[in-house]
Amino acid sequence: MSNLTQVYEAQWYEASARERIAGLLNANSFIEFFGPERRTMSPHLAQFDLTGAFDDGIVVGRGRLAGKEVFVAAQEGRFLGGAFGEVHGAKLLGLLRAARDGAGRGGPSAVLLLLDTGGVRLQEANAGELAISEIIHAIVQVRSAGIPVLALVGGRSGAFGGGGIITACCSRIIVSQHGRVSVSGPEVIETNKGVEEFDAKDRALVWRVCGARTRYLSGGTDRYVKGAIEDYREAAITLIEHAPPFALATLTAEQQRLTERLRRFGDCRDAPEIWRKAGVPEPERIADLTDDVFLTIQRIKGADHDAR
Amino acid sequence: MEHFQVNGKVNRKAGGDRHQAITGVNASGNLEVLVERVLPDHECQVNVTTAVNGFRAIWEAVIEEFFKRGAPGGLRFWINDGGARPDTVSLRLMQSVRLMEIES
Repeated sequence: MSNLTQVYEAQWYEASARERIAGLLNANSFIEFFGPERRTMSPHLAQFDLTGAFDDGIVVGRGRLAGKEVFVAAQEGRFLGGAFGEVHGAKLLGLLRAARDGAGRGGPSAVLLLLDTGGVRLQEANAGELAISEIIHAIVQVRSAGIPVLALVGGRSGAFGGGGIITACCSRIIVSQHGRVSVSGPEVIETNKGVEEFDAKDRALVWRVCGARTRYLSGGTDRYVKGAIEDYREAAITLIEHAPPFALATLTAEQQRLTERLRRFGDCRDAPEIWRKAGVPEPERIADLTDDVFLTIQRIKGADHDAR
Repeated sequence: MEHFQVNGKVNRKAGGDRHQAITGVNASGNLEVLVERVLPDHECQVNVTTAVNGFRAIWEAVIEEFFKRGAPGGLRFWINDGGARPDTVSLRLMQSVRLMEIES
């Protein structure tokens, strides 16, 4: 099933999963696998009196990006927070394994993961956790086969829990201002450690800790784009060409980078402390800058790296 | 959760030649509509699964009105609803017919 949605809204944050794919890939090139007409839905949600989605909240398939054949998966962050359940996870896993098996045999040039997720769906948590583990394994296999895996983050649900780990396992990560990437989400931290430790209602704090600008300045993502779908498209086209090889040297470089970052900034309590130590000008005002001004700021040393 | 079906007779076949379309998202106050061109030209049908119980009469009124105004002959609709208001339901149904009419 292809191209049945028009892109009415060109902003990534506002767009649905299907609109993001339609705007990201070459026009009318998307071919969906296991489309909604197949009704591959969650068998678990009805027990909780929840209505499902015909695609279980994730759209997978193939299409063309500039001159390349790519596989793409897009989570719908508004359906159950984009969370991973059994079917949802299996669709992404199947896509990754198909990419792996196609390596060197006419398979895709890259896999694009349009993540928008709170993590595992609590109603089917065991299946969701298993899916996350298998997906991480599959990403490693796809990258080992020489196919870059890109994460594109910037939806309502961010990339949290297992979705944050999946993001960090990708070859390259693209975010825009609304994007958040983390493992334990703000509500989870508040629930477990108390509101004195982390006030999940403090949106400025949330974005200072796990927001796109913090992640970009500190090297947690590779590209910061303005929020249009077209911006993500351009960044993805460029980054596919510059994805690092998944080799021991890459992993060793990443380990060194993270060790050094922890040594320099490990005792900081909040992001502005890091920016001040790193010599970023006006560290308190990072959140207030326009995207154009923000993009002129020098990232902290070691953030612009060849690793991941 | 409630399931029910509303059947209708309409004068006009839906335009276009698309086989299927999907619009909307099953989220709070929203719904997704999957539509398939599978029925005889003067029949239409809406299958509803809604998270909110007790509003079947309102659903039927909204859908009957849609049958009159939308002329969706030949189409079968499937709805997963997350508690959408009647105006949102009407809008999504009309959107789904429009998607079926877009030139492929």
